[in-house]
Amino acid sequence: MIETILSNIALIIGTTLMYSTPLIYTSLGGVLSENSGVINIGLEGMMVIGAFAGAAIGYFVGDPWIAFIGAGIAGGLFGLLHAFACVTFGANQVVSGIAINFLGAGIALFLSRMFFEGATMTKSIPLDNKMPRPLNGVFPDGSLLNIIFDNQYATVYLALLMVLIIWFFMYKTKYGLRLRSVGEHPTAADTLGINVMRIRYLSVIMSGVFAGFGGAAMSLAIVSNFRPTLVSGHGFIALAAMIFGKWKPQGALLACLLFGGAQGLAVFLGQFDFEISTQLISMLPYVITIVVLIGFVGKSAAPSADGIPYEKEHKY
Amino acid sequence: MGYENVTKSLTKVIEMKNITKKFGDFVANDSVNLDVFKGKVHALLGENGAGKSTLMNILYGLYSPTSGEILINGKKVDITNPNIAIEHGIGMVHQHFMLIKPFTVAQNIILGQEPTSKMSVLNMKKALKDVKEISERYGLYVDPNAKIEDISVGMQQRVEILKALYRGAEILILDEPTAVLTPQEIVELIQIIKNLTKEGKSIILISHKLKEITDAADFCLIIRRGKHIDTVVVSETDEEGLASKMVGREVSFSVAKDDKEAGDEIFSIKDLVVKDNRDIIAVDKLNLSLKKGEILGLAGIDGNGQTELLEAITGLRKVESGEIKINGENITNKTPFQVISKKISHIPEDRQKRGLVLDFDISENAILENYYKNPFAKRGVLQYNNIKIYAKELIDKFDVRPREESKMARTLSGGNQQKVIIAREVSNDPDLLIAAQPTRGLDVGAIEFVHKALIEQRDNDKAVFLISFELDEIMNVSDRIAVIYEGKIVGIMDAKDAEVEKLGLMMAGGGNE
Ligand SMILES: Nc1ncnc2c1ncn2[C@@H]1O[C@H](COP(=O)(O)OP(=O)(O)OP(=O)(O)O)[C@@H](O)[C@H]1O
Ligand SMILES: [Mg+2]
Repeated sequence: MIETILSNIALIIGTTLMYSTPLIYTSLGGVLSENSGVINIGLEGMMVIGAFAGAAIGYFVGDPWIAFIGAGIAGGLFGLLHAFACVTFGANQVVSGIAINFLGAGIALFLSRMFFEGATMTKSIPLDNKMPRPLNGVFPDGSLLNIIFDNQYATVYLALLMVLIIWFFMYKTKYGLRLRSVGEHPTAADTLGINVMRIRYLSVIMSGVFAGFGGAAMSLAIVSNFRPTLVSGHGFIALAAMIFGKWKPQGALLACLLFGGAQGLAVFLGQFDFEISTQLISMLPYVITIVVLIGFVGKSAAPSADGIPYEKEHKY
Repeated sequence: MGYENVTKSLTKVIEMKNITKKFGDFVANDSVNLDVFKGKVHALLGENGAGKSTLMNILYGLYSPTSGEILINGKKVDITNPNIAIEHGIGMVHQHFMLIKPFTVAQNIILGQEPTSKMSVLNMKKALKDVKEISERYGLYVDPNAKIEDISVGMQQRVEILKALYRGAEILILDEPTAVLTPQEIVELIQIIKNLTKEGKSIILISHKLKEITDAADFCLIIRRGKHIDTVVVSETDEEGLASKMVGREVSFSVAKDDKEAGDEIFSIKDLVVKDNRDIIAVDKLNLSLKKGEILGLAGIDGNGQTELLEAITGLRKVESGEIKINGENITNKTPFQVISKKISHIPEDRQKRGLVLDFDISENAILENYYKNPFAKRGVLQYNNIKIYAKELIDKFDVRPREESKMARTLSGGNQQKVIIAREVSNDPDLLIAAQPTRGLDVGAIEFVHKALIEQRDNDKAVFLISFELDEIMNVSDRIAVIYEGKIVGIMDAKDAEVEKLGLMMAGGGNE
């Protein structure tokens, strides 16, 4: 009895990690952009283009790491576009983000039809060319560790490592300090000779890179191809996770894990024969997330200058 | 002796020559000249909107001049951004502080020139040591680990000065450093300025308080509406001389006021209890009343419940218990809208946060409380023609500069922002006018104007409640003076019987046993 409970728990932990991973990358992207003062609603679109680029490059080149990096570059290009609109031209950041979402979905579909004989889905990547699973077969069959780690792709561990790196970058390095200063009070940063525009550009581009990684973590690991419904809202969930995580990498990680866990639970419950429709069960992750976040997470505070374009010679 | 003779033997560190700055068609600086000498304090004096901050922003590389040139130590320098200014040893403490609130003191000081170990990793140990070193050297004590949002305004200012010194500033610009300080903090700041000049640093000091200029400055540049008027040797003139040069006419420092018999009681507060943001009782069973045709001044040191009291009266903060009445009607815990409709007007303490919508123009700000009324709106649609006509009237009557109702509130100088608020509030024809720190940051001409406006209200048989940290202001303008200490009124007296020493003692909690 205890055995089965434990192994069920291990199973849920495993699926939690799996489902959280794409969200973690993407919400880290959100953390970078918004802490520098640029709202990034476009994470969804950047994730879509990353998922497509990852799947397509993975299929044609056959190397998952090249594909993963390619996905980051694709997302980064969209980030560049967002930065161009918001930083150089001071455009409304929400509007630019929405445009990026449409653009990401549209371009992914267009390219898919172009390269895959008119299909909206990319061709599947063979298992050997997908992301490696570093701990596959390391632990004895049936052991709890095996249940948790056997099928986890390298992207999972990399995501956790990234959280650590971004946290260190933001709070322990001088560039992190500058990034946060620009998001809080760009004029103050400017008076100290910090280049507000450059920092915002780099942050938004990196935000796209991470969202691209998030997309590829889906199309190169969780599944093995791209289709238009693959991302469906995960970019927005990552954005919400970043907000609930109070714009901090460690907070975003916890929020992503919570959502991934709720999703894992839904999958787990799905295997039983309940007298409840599966639609209701698949609503569970969203409901649990909202309830937990309302109940346990206090008021969140965005960086003071988040969403406000910076102009020189603006009277302050 | 004259300026030329006095300065002959001094070393020029900065020369600003024929600086002109235009914002669109508007000329904010009109060929202004400024020389700064090593180890000397050079003051800048001018009315609100005269272009003092603009000139300093040019020197610091935040604005680029339309024409003119700048020489540092005799060499021409193009200061296109603050980095270049910092490299040449120029530091600036801005009129509105440039601090990052959630960061610590040390983080704010090192930002942009952070000590690092390998791979850009912050070396906070060295940062703390460096900060401690300079703060001890100049007698500017701060807690380097405190967050900015938790420290007093006076402390924040020290952080600003330390920021400049940390960057090796030899020339320090202080833009209205005393506007938000308490009298004690001002004394300390002037001492700091003296310490700095002893070390050979040069200071550019902007202030509206003539006494500070005569106390601390060696020379004074006077600007009027962007134009260079004169540079004087401070020891060869006095406050009156400076003031009349600056305004272009004689200014009276004392307030002309006729005696007046106060009427019936119109406003009363009974046993009022209000909590502050941290849920601690800030106003403690306070009682107060105002009569028609009187000005009641509330004296007290910052942080003794004044802010909370005001917010409770105006409906911005919850009243725990007690009662507030105007014209016999209870307005306790009513919304600001309801309070305004009972003929209470409020000139708020923080004019940028509570007084104005900075991104609205003057005319929109002028009707913030009356936008829904005829003739500003008809059937729910704003009548911009009528709004403009009304705004123009206010601008003329209250001498707001520049005279353009379509100017964004953000781009006005501090003094003119205040005039817009006063114009709006007084024009509501309130029974009770609450004025909180109404002259903070204003030039002497504008102060005279504000005081006249308050006294006019009183002469029209209205009640005026004046809250100020400036004892002079309280004593000159009020008819009666109440002293607040730790959320309680510890004494009320006739202004005629008030003495500075007695008031000061009561404000510090030592008066009423
Ligand atoms: N960025 C800007 N855009 C448009 N107008 C501006 C800008 N900055 C300043 N001005 C205008 O230039 C004039 C001078 O402003 P400045 O802030 O230099 O005045 P000041 O002398 O410092 O006044 P105060 O004593 O009130 O601080 C004002 O009329 C102001 O409205
Ligand atoms: Mg100024």
